[in-house]
Amino acid sequence: MKRFGEVTAVAHLDLEVQRGECFALLGPNGAGKTTTVEILEGLQRQDAGSAELLGHRWGEGHDLELRQRIGVQLQDTQLGERLTVFETVRLFRSFYARGREVNETIALVGLTEKRHARVGKLSGGQKQRLALACALVAQPEILFLDEPTTGLDPQARLQIWGLVERFRSEGGTVLLTTHYMEEAARLADRVAIMDHGRIIALDTPAHLVASLGAEQIVEFEAAGPLPLERLAALPGVRAATRRNGTSTLEVAAIGEALPALLAELQRFGVGIQSLRTHQPTLEDVFIRLTGRALRDG
Amino acid sequence: MGEASPSHPLLELTRARVLEFVREREAVFWVFVFPVLLALALGVAFRVRPVEKLRVGVVGDEGGQVTAALRAAADLEVVLLPDGEAEQQRRAGKLDLTVLCQRGEGGEGGVRLRLDPTRPESRTARLAVREALGGSTPTLVPILAEERVTAPGSRYIDFLVPGLVGLNLMGSGMWGIGFSVVVARTRKLLKRLAATPMRRSHYLLSFALSRLAFLVLEVAAVVGFGWVVFGVGVEGPLAVLALVCLVGALCFAGLGLLVAARPRSIEAVSGWMNLVMLPMWLLSGTFFSYERFPAVTHGAIRALPLTALNDALRAVMNRGVGLTATLPQLAVLGLWGIASFVVAVRIFRWQ
Repeated sequence: MKRFGEVTAVAHLDLEVQRGECFALLGPNGAGKTTTVEILEGLQRQDAGSAELLGHRWGEGHDLELRQRIGVQLQDTQLGERLTVFETVRLFRSFYARGREVNETIALVGLTEKRHARVGKLSGGQKQRLALACALVAQPEILFLDEPTTGLDPQARLQIWGLVERFRSEGGTVLLTTHYMEEAARLADRVAIMDHGRIIALDTPAHLVASLGAEQIVEFEAAGPLPLERLAALPGVRAATRRNGTSTLEVAAIGEALPALLAELQRFGVGIQSLRTHQPTLEDVFIRLTGRALRDG
Repeated sequence: MGEASPSHPLLELTRARVLEFVREREAVFWVFVFPVLLALALGVAFRVRPVEKLRVGVVGDEGGQVTAALRAAADLEVVLLPDGEAEQQRRAGKLDLTVLCQRGEGGEGGVRLRLDPTRPESRTARLAVREALGGSTPTLVPILAEERVTAPGSRYIDFLVPGLVGLNLMGSGMWGIGFSVVVARTRKLLKRLAATPMRRSHYLLSFALSRLAFLVLEVAAVVGFGWVVFGVGVEGPLAVLALVCLVGALCFAGLGLLVAARPRSIEAVSGWMNLVMLPMWLLSGTFFSYERFPAVTHGAIRALPLTALNDALRAVMNRGVGLTATLPQLAVLGLWGIASFVVAVRIFRWQ
C-alpha cells in the first residue's frame, strides 16, 4: 500500500510476475500504475506490505546488485539535451559493471544515424528509443517500462513494440504500464487492469476478453431514447450500457441480436444515426468493469 | 569510436558536466565575458586621474627652485604639501611620486625621491622628474637618493581585480552547479540516475571536478585582463594563487550543491542563491573594503567564505605573501566547503 497524504495511491495489490513474462498494468491516468512500478524499482517505499524483486527486497543491502540487474524507463524523463546520443548512452553504460557495448546498443534501438545528434534535436519517438537504450545498455534481466509509447505516433509506437518483443525473445522479463489497450493486448502475456489503486481484473488478454462472453460488440446512436432493460432483453444480447448517447450491446449471437435490435428500433419509431460492430477488446472489458472508457481517465 | 570497456562513472559524469556547460553559450558569457566587462567598466570609471598627468608632491622646497623646474615639465602636475600629508596621499595612490627637498651640508641642496616602483605611473613619474631636474646640463638639482616604498594595491583596480576573481569563482560555482542540479531534478533526470547503480556521491563529486576544468580559464580571463589592460600584477607566487583559487572554487561548489540540494524549481533555487550570495556581494569586500563596516562586525565578515577568498587573493596578488600567510583563509574556505558538501549529500532530494 502507498499513501500520499490523504490519498491512497495503491491498496491491496497482490501480483506476481514470472521470469520471462511480459506483464502489463493497464489502466487510466491516476490508477496507481506508476506508483506500483516505482515501488518495484526501489524509487518509492511502500507504506505497508512488501515487494520482492529477483529474490531480494529493497533496502536490505542488495540495492546496488538489484540496480545492476534491472533496466528502467521512467514516465517523461528528459535526458540532458546538450549531450549527444552517443555521449548519453556512454554515460549510462559507465554506471554498470556488466552490459552491452555502447554502439551496439545504439544500433539495437535504430539510432546509429543519430549517434552524434544532440538529444534536444531528436523527435519524440527517437527520444523514447534513446531512453530505452539507456535501459538496455545494462543488459538487464528485468525491463521496467512506464507508459513507453504515450504521445508517440503509430509508427514510433510500432518501433518501440518491436524493441520490447526483441528483448523478450532473448529471455528478458518486462513489466509495462500503459493506458493503451492495444499495447497491452499486443505485448503482454498477462494483464492486470487497474483502477483507483486496485487491480480489478488479472488474466491473459484472451481470457479477459472471453470473460465478457460476447462474440461481438454493437455500438449505435439513435435519434431517441430506448429503455436499456428492453435492449438487454433482446435475443442474443448479454448486456447493454449507454454513455454519452452511445448505446453499447455485448452480443453473444450477432445473427439473432442485430435483426432484433433493428425491429425494436422500428417498433419505437426511433431512427438510427450510426451503428458499428467490432470484436470485443480489453477496452470493452474496462468499460464493463468500471462504466468508463480508458481514455476518459 | 566504439569503446570496448566502459570508463569510470566519475570520469563520465564529469565529462558530461563539462560538455553540457561548454554547449550552453549563455553560461560561457556569464562566467568568462561578464566579469571582464565588469572589470573594464569599473576600472575605467574609478581611474582617479587622467593617464597623461602624473601627480608629484613636493615637500620642503623653500627656495621654490625644485617646484619651478618640475612645473616646467608638461606632463607633471605639481603640488606643494607638508610631509605627513604627502605620505598619506602617496599611500592612497593620489600621488605618483614625492620629492623631498633637503638643504645640503655645504650649502649645496638636493632632493630625495620617494616612490613605489611596482606602480607603472610612479616609474613614469620618476623618469619625468629625473629629466626635469637633471636632464639638461648643468644639473639643476642633484638627486641624492631614491626611496623605494612598495605599497602595491594602492589603485582601485588593484583592489578590484582580486575581488572580481573571488566574486566570479563564487558566482560560477553557485549558479553553475545550482541550476544544473535543479534542472536535472525538474526534468526527472535525477530520478532516472537514482534508478541506476550510479554511486550518488559520484554524481555530486562530478560537479566539483567539472568546476576545476574551468577554473584555470576563469581565473586567467580576469587576472590576465587586469594585467594586460591595467597592469595589475601578481606579486606573490603563482602556485599559491592557484591553490587559493582551487580551494575557493571547491568551497563554492560545495555551497552550490547545498543550496541546490532540496529545491524543486528554478525559481526556488534562484531565491536561495540570492539569499546566500547577496550578503557576500555587499559585505565581503569585493567592490569596497569591509573595513568601512563597524569594527565589531569584522570577525563575522571574515568568517564568510567570499571574504576569506577575497582576502587571500588580495594578499597573494597585491601584497605578494606566500602560502603561510593565507592559511587562515584557506582553513575558512575548507571548512565551509567540506561542511556544505557533507550536508548536501545527506539531504539531497533525488526526485
